[in-house]
Amino acid sequence: MKTFTKKLLGTMAFSALMAGSAMATECEVTHWWTSGGEAAAVAEFAKAFDATGNKWVDGAIAGSGGVARPIMIGRITGGDPMCATQFNHGRQAEELVEAGLMQDLTELAEKEGWRDVVHPSSLLDSCTLDGRIYCVPVNIHSWQWLWLSRQAFEDAGVDVPTNWDEFVAAAPALQAAGKIPLAMGNQAWQASGAFGVITVALGGIDLWTKINVDKDGDAAAGPEMAKVFNAAAAAREFRKNSNVQDWNQATNLVITGKAGGQIMGDWAQGEFQVAGQVAGEDYECLPGLGVNQVISTGGDAFYFPKLDDPEKTKAQLELASLMLSKPVQVNFNLKKGSLPVRGDVDLAAANDCMKKGLAILADGNILPDGNQTLSPDTTGQIEDLMTEFWSDDSITAEDAQARYAEIIANAD
Amino acid sequence: MIATALVVFVGGTVWTVVYSFTDSKLLPRLNFVGLEQYERLWATNRWLISIENLLIYGTLSLIFSLVIGFVLAALLDQKIRFENTFRTILLYPFALSFIVTGLVWQWVLNPDFGIQHIVRSLGWESFAFDPLYNADIVIYGLLIAGLWQGTGLIMCLMLAGLRGIDEDIWKAARVDGIPMWRTYIFIVIPMMRPVFITTLVIIASGIVRVYDLVVAQTSGGPGIASEVPAKYVYDKMFLGQNLAQGFAGSTMMLLAVLVVIIPWAYLEFGGKRRPT
Repeated sequence: MKTFTKKLLGTMAFSALMAGSAMATECEVTHWWTSGGEAAAVAEFAKAFDATGNKWVDGAIAGSGGVARPIMIGRITGGDPMCATQFNHGRQAEELVEAGLMQDLTELAEKEGWRDVVHPSSLLDSCTLDGRIYCVPVNIHSWQWLWLSRQAFEDAGVDVPTNWDEFVAAAPALQAAGKIPLAMGNQAWQASGAFGVITVALGGIDLWTKINVDKDGDAAAGPEMAKVFNAAAAAREFRKNSNVQDWNQATNLVITGKAGGQIMGDWAQGEFQVAGQVAGEDYECLPGLGVNQVISTGGDAFYFPKLDDPEKTKAQLELASLMLSKPVQVNFNLKKGSLPVRGDVDLAAANDCMKKGLAILADGNILPDGNQTLSPDTTGQIEDLMTEFWSDDSITAEDAQARYAEIIANAD
Repeated sequence: MIATALVVFVGGTVWTVVYSFTDSKLLPRLNFVGLEQYERLWATNRWLISIENLLIYGTLSLIFSLVIGFVLAALLDQKIRFENTFRTILLYPFALSFIVTGLVWQWVLNPDFGIQHIVRSLGWESFAFDPLYNADIVIYGLLIAGLWQGTGLIMCLMLAGLRGIDEDIWKAARVDGIPMWRTYIFIVIPMMRPVFITTLVIIASGIVRVYDLVVAQTSGGPGIASEVPAKYVYDKMFLGQNLAQGFAGSTMMLLAVLVVIIPWAYLEFGGKRRPT
């Protein structure tokens, strides 16, 4: 209690000092990074930004992007914009940019040569509208990972699988040992994401591109896709009994060895790190489910709503430039478990799993992320279908495929 | 005052209805597409399940909260000791928001931590009670939480109504030798008509806008088994960035409310006044 009071007094004195200096421009940044690993990563941004003499005001919104985005959009369209805000780059903020509500960062980008340092360049393309740049990509997150608990497989007396087929073969042994083979939270985006991963791994990149980029309804209804739906129908047997909601609760099942594996993006890695687990010893990771070594390059980007106060606009540009700077990129991404957006930084401290990701990235085996190719409306429809399919055995693979093909054919 | 009310309520409603015929996405725009949004709405499985859930939840919650609320009130009205204490205990859940209620019941009904876990650890290994993870009965899991939260208020309203009944009526009934349950059903309840109508309106409005309970307790799951119309509207408007689709949903909700209210209001205020 005493130390707490001291800390409190210290903080108050500090903030009084900051306010007194009058140099500090407050900048409220909204984001949905609230799990342990995410909070540690965002603190790196805050630290670096405060060091420039400005003040980072943290506007974390709990409850994942689905909860946070409507609040952010509501504030921007409602005339109470924040200084900077997170979105997944892609089409989520498309209309806000079209409506002229976002700061144009093109000048800064040209001065600092973003076009040359951001790798892969598709990340910057997602920030670009009519040749102008409106956001700063800060990291690359890929969905294509299967996280495996070494302990769970040892308890079940089987080898840790090295690809999806082996995982499917090992699942009955896990079930017999009282484990959940595949942990999955009950939120819709998780079911939909896992399905996307299975599509890329088992259906191949061409099929994925035809469906998600060209919106080819015939491909979605075709026999190759039927294979994917059958695999997903088999996988939904493995996820039974994972009675959790949030993705990090599901990751925790893997960390504690109660579940064999989880299909989740590489943000799960932050949770393993916070739990003190070591890649390759306590847990294993299989990019592309060990079948198709490829990663999708979605991720997070920061947008800067237009503000009237020139001081704040200056702070916005400083923050934008900072987020892409080399040291911040390294510190942030190591904590977050994501990959940096610059190809020219040294990530010697990266763990085994991140190195696998970096190698795939360097080889250029990359896909755009679903958020970059499909509108939020279509994404929402697919999520509705997927969560229904994954949790209700009465929907056959054929029914689900027919409905999926219809959504893709009508996608905008 | 009247002008403000008209602009805010009627204006807002008309605006919503008009834009439900457009193809507005994140921002409203007047590009009319006819009934397209409604066609998509009624072809969407999730919307149909939402409607079905609302009907089940609504009917049961209306019946149970009225019955339980009235019975509790009648029991409290027997001049028992510690009436204040009981009333406080029963009304307490109402002090919690639906979000807190939902979270609490999410844990209570979680098979790995809650009731099922406790009963199993007492030795009954085959006991299964996991409404939130069983698509067939999840709506009853919501209903339990909703009733737990809401019946306290209904009880208080009913108790106030019962206290408003003249003591002489009870005496007269007793003199005539009418049993207590018949007095309640045939004399007291008809006299409490205004209280019942108030209660009905409160319960019904609570049912139509049920949203936060679902979000906190199940977030619509498992799958889409516990979705409700209000959640569909919100998700489409803000998550799916498809305003027009959300407006179409909310217009249908408004229409449903009107279908119930207009005939009732006509009977209540338009027709000849009943002798009371």
